[in-house]
Amino acid sequence: MSGYSITEPSAGQKWVAGVLVALYALVTLLPLAWIVATSFKSPADSIAYPPKVIFDPTIEGYVNLFTTRTRIPADQIDSLPPPANFAEQIVRDQGMMITGPSRYGARFLNSVIIGFGSTFLSIFLGTLAAYAFSRFRVPLKDDLMFFILSTRMMPPIAVAIPIFLMFRSLGLSDTHLGMILLYTAVNISLAVWLLKGFIDEIPREYEEAALIDGYTRFQAFYKVVLPQAATGIASTAIFCLIFAWNEYAFAVLLTSGVAQTAPPFIPTIIGVGGQDWPAVAAGATLFLIPVVVFTVLLRKHLLRGITFGAVRK
Amino acid sequence: MAEVRLSGVTKRFGGTTAVDAMSLTVADGAFVVLLGPTGAGKTTTLRLIAGLEKPDSGDISIGGRSVLAETPAQRNVAMVFQQYSLYPHLTVRENLAFPLKSPILDTAPQQIERRVAEVAEILRIGHKLDNKATALSGGEMQRVSIGRALVRKPQIFLMDEPLSSLDAKLRADLRVELKRIQSDLGSTLLYVTHDQIEAMTMATHVGVLDRGRLVQFGTPREIYENPSSIYVATRLGQPRINTLPADLFGPAPAGAATIGLRPEHIHTGDGRPASVVRVEHLGDQTRLHLDIAGYALVTLADPHTPLTPGDTVAIRPANPLYFDSNGSRIA
Repeated sequence: MSGYSITEPSAGQKWVAGVLVALYALVTLLPLAWIVATSFKSPADSIAYPPKVIFDPTIEGYVNLFTTRTRIPADQIDSLPPPANFAEQIVRDQGMMITGPSRYGARFLNSVIIGFGSTFLSIFLGTLAAYAFSRFRVPLKDDLMFFILSTRMMPPIAVAIPIFLMFRSLGLSDTHLGMILLYTAVNISLAVWLLKGFIDEIPREYEEAALIDGYTRFQAFYKVVLPQAATGIASTAIFCLIFAWNEYAFAVLLTSGVAQTAPPFIPTIIGVGGQDWPAVAAGATLFLIPVVVFTVLLRKHLLRGITFGAVRK
Repeated sequence: MAEVRLSGVTKRFGGTTAVDAMSLTVADGAFVVLLGPTGAGKTTTLRLIAGLEKPDSGDISIGGRSVLAETPAQRNVAMVFQQYSLYPHLTVRENLAFPLKSPILDTAPQQIERRVAEVAEILRIGHKLDNKATALSGGEMQRVSIGRALVRKPQIFLMDEPLSSLDAKLRADLRVELKRIQSDLGSTLLYVTHDQIEAMTMATHVGVLDRGRLVQFGTPREIYENPSSIYVATRLGQPRINTLPADLFGPAPAGAATIGLRPEHIHTGDGRPASVVRVEHLGDQTRLHLDIAGYALVTLADPHTPLTPGDTVAIRPANPLYFDSNGSRIA
């Protein structure tokens, strides 16, 4: 017998596993790839049948996404001064002129403020609460932890109408603060539970050593516990951000203008000047980028985060 | 450096009493070793002094001043833990500088650098200063954590089995080093160990703990030669003291139930016959396992002893210790 191991998969097993993973990745990524491709198509290519896989790329979709336009007669276009930039040229080629910027930029910024704001707040409060639950003798600790978890058991949208009424009477409807608070409330249970698990794993001796080394409890928390909980904080932050970033139902219900996020805005692009699928696809593509960047930046931590607790050190 | 005094300190955890009405004085400049099995309350005693635990009753004073109301930081003590003692996200240098940078000490940067260099020199870890703490071997880690205590000038050093995770060679080196540092600096040191050699070689005083109580306190020689009970007698001595029925070798003092014989306190050549069960050559000592009237006994023999299993040898006690039926010493 040679080279036989019961823990290491054989070459054949690895090959089969590799093919399965690759197939799964393909199936999952195909819709995304199609959205990205559509964002670079012309409106005609985007609805062509049979669908076009090879096409002439254009950034018309992106230009349309960021502008509002109006159709004008061809002789009027000729009488206009020469286009100031490539975007104006693309719009004129469609027989239109730019009348101003679209609201996409503002909606995108709302998403950034609300998504990252609620993530920050969830992590900030979640870390403090998790530390307290992990380290102190809290009366009714188990019941409180269960209560926090129980807020997660009901689909949030089931309480949409009470929340809608509450927000209206508190003046929180269509405000950034309201949406940040709402997403924080939904995320906080996840944050407390995940972070408590991470903080439980950090031996108390580190803090005790810091206390003896001349630091206060809070300084010990800040200088010794936080850096070691970085992994947990990073992966929890990703989960919180993904929820807040993609949330649709509450955003539709509670925001309309000032604080509207990108998810409810993107579908409304369809109505502007016919079915502008490339602009919708462009909106979706750009919307993906912040979460992808955030996840890639923290991926080292995420990998450790999702396998956390699987193997004891 | 200062005197540390515990008066009637009791600490309970739920139903168990970890430290029971303990009174103990660690004199200024003394090296006191606490001995006792697991669960005797050694570590809890250190944690009470450090301020990591609050006593249920009794008083703790450092330098003549009660510290019960003070935080660990205010007490100005340094503690070396058995393990987990280095901050894993910091380098060795940052670990050593950590206490000096605390808001309480708030040391000037040049001074931090000088102190860290001095300590690194003493502990021979200068070449590792810029390594991550987690990139060190166990011995290096423990040296750094001792170093983190040494960079300060605390009232007292508390050490909780600091050498137990090290290999024998390093342990021996550091033992000598610690003793030298302590006598050079004139530090007050309270040290917890299981290890008899550490207790005997380093301590100026040894305190023996049994289930949270201080059962005897004295110099290492006193504890070894004049134990107050069987319990204390069995704490020190390798091989352990032999305990046999008191009248095995003839008349015993009134009330004696047990005779305690240290292996070196057995005279061979005359007395009662015993049969040799086994001869162990350990290099530095040769142990003779004997059977006397059905009782097992260990004594030491000449390295070139001609005795082999099955032989008979006559023995009699020299300097016996007698204990009553409760284990207390009576003669």
